[in-house]
Amino acid sequence: MSGEKDLEQLKKEAAAKAKAAALAKQQGGVEEAPAGDDEKAKAIAAAKAKAAAAAKAKAAALAKQQGGAEEAPAGDDEKAKAIAAAKAKAAAKAKAAAQGGAAGDDEKAKAIAAAKAKAAAAAAARAKAKPAEEETPEELVPSPNQPYLDKYVKVIEEHLGKDVLEDFYINNLSKDVPTLVAKPENYYKIAEFLRYNEQLGFNYLSEFHGGDFETHMEVYAHLYSYNNRQSVALKVKIDREKPEVESLSKLWAGANWPECETYDLLGIQFKNHPNLYRIMLGDDWIGHPLRKDYEPYDVEV
Amino acid sequence: MLRTEEMLLNVGPQHPSTHGVFRLVLKIDGEIIKEAKPVIGYLHRGTEKLAENLQYTQIIPYTDRLDYLAAMTNNYVLCHAVETMMDLKIPDRAEYLRVIAMELGRVASHLVWWGTYLLDIGAVSPFLYAFREREMIINMLNELSGARLTFNYMRVGGVKWDAPEGWIEKVGEFIPYMREQLKGYHDLVTGNEIFMNRVKGVGRYTKEDAINYSLSGANLRCTGVKWDLRKDEPYSIYDRFDFDVPVQEGGDAWARYHVRLAELEESLKILEQAVEQFPKEGEILAKVPKIIKAPKGEAYVRIESPRGEIGCYIASDGKKEPYRLKFRRPSFYNLQILPKLLEGENIANLIAILGAIDIVLGEVDG
Repeated sequence: MSGEKDLEQLKKEAAAKAKAAALAKQQGGVEEAPAGDDEKAKAIAAAKAKAAAAAKAKAAALAKQQGGAEEAPAGDDEKAKAIAAAKAKAAAKAKAAAQGGAAGDDEKAKAIAAAKAKAAAAAAARAKAKPAEEETPEELVPSPNQPYLDKYVKVIEEHLGKDVLEDFYINNLSKDVPTLVAKPENYYKIAEFLRYNEQLGFNYLSEFHGGDFETHMEVYAHLYSYNNRQSVALKVKIDREKPEVESLSKLWAGANWPECETYDLLGIQFKNHPNLYRIMLGDDWIGHPLRKDYEPYDVEV
Repeated sequence: MLRTEEMLLNVGPQHPSTHGVFRLVLKIDGEIIKEAKPVIGYLHRGTEKLAENLQYTQIIPYTDRLDYLAAMTNNYVLCHAVETMMDLKIPDRAEYLRVIAMELGRVASHLVWWGTYLLDIGAVSPFLYAFREREMIINMLNELSGARLTFNYMRVGGVKWDAPEGWIEKVGEFIPYMREQLKGYHDLVTGNEIFMNRVKGVGRYTKEDAINYSLSGANLRCTGVKWDLRKDEPYSIYDRFDFDVPVQEGGDAWARYHVRLAELEESLKILEQAVEQFPKEGEILAKVPKIIKAPKGEAYVRIESPRGEIGCYIASDGKKEPYRLKFRRPSFYNLQILPKLLEGENIANLIAILGAIDIVLGEVDG
């Protein structure tokens, strides 16, 4: 980050201001209290704002990559402020100090900010797994599932090699489920390992589906281990032009129909599937409806 | 030497015992089923595709039409997914209303199963008893939501309507009545020798098979897996209630029958406590923005429906419509094991096996 000093100052101010606004709103906005006492809180808020901005920039880059509709220039003051507000609100909940005024934010901005903060947190969690991010460990409360994620990744890396996973993170939005993103060529290997490894033993396929994310296709499996009482989400991103991935029905018999459904509605091919057919639509159906570029074909229209 | 020829037999798509439009193509040798191929999709309405162009609140009526025998849990799973993503705190009164509605729905759903299952295998009168009691529940839910089946009752952040005057008391009065009736059910059917001969040892599978085939709900618990998401991954306010998770070891239709009847009693237990603890006043809807937008990201939540584990996956790009919505429909997963169960079975057991899985075709087809 360049212009560190200036930006820092700006953010600090924005954070403090936003925090005050949040609190004022919460408490009805009439309370007056000295503001000088929470130096520490301010520092924390500033650190959070910084982290959020970094995460957001990352998220924005990602969004851009994925062709998402959202455009978020990183230097945008308004948005940085909104994020800082949401972050600071969470941090300041316990504190009693509040300052009047600065209630310029309207309801909608608040809601957006809250939503943004969540996304930022998720992005931050992802960022944490990677080196070279300037984040202080204190501003992220580690998820209770973090040890599980660490364990899964450690065991997988020990047995299958260092770079079989594309990514791994805790999905804060989804009840903190540890999420592994496999590289397509290692997808089956990892699934097999998750299924049969004694320490992992994910013997239950809870959910299986695919999704079209326009830049790529994705297959999502939610696994559960009845022996260890733990969950994991396994994802794989595959080429949209030639969506093909290994079938899991050999590992979990329950994957059979969901894979047929995924093939039917999204056109993802599953290699070595015992009987891949259009389970919902007719055999003569043209196209795969859940693809984002699907055009309905109807001779009668 | 006597020999028979293999022949194809179609069951359905219009057949009273499939409880919907479901077709089975059987390859039979005499009376023995060699191969069974389920054909589904007749009721596929593309809920997930439709949802991509709808706001979250607008999707709720569509969930009613998935598992139409227990629409309350479907309502809930969608709201719960969005609430989880938005990190919403739901007011207590709303949570109690939801739990009462869902548990009433569970009782109603199990009653339908009990009545129709027995009807399928030849006992006509239990159906009438079951529907008499179910009608009372439906009437109560009608008073609550204004609809008998497609309730459209829950909202992201709470529920749409508060309980009408005297409604909670009415639920309270229903509980002892239902308990009394349950005793009658057991007297009438459970010890019946003909019934026992029809279901004992029929459609048996092991615990490993059940887990491997992603079965859930009573289909899983009948093999001895003590697993109920209400207990093991508590959502809503289920951690405030004291109830058991009924399990059986047999893994056959008989075990499934017992699990479901025991679940009725547990639901009544939950209802009793919920009615007792019901907050006198309070909000029924959390403070939510007028237009609900789930934050960017994805989430998968799962809850316990009468038929098993119902889940909802949402991938959101921060807009008011979901980018991708997916329902994990328990009936769809549970039905997968059917060809395996039917292979080598006598054709007379077909309906007893299919019925014991307890499917709803609206949910199978999505």
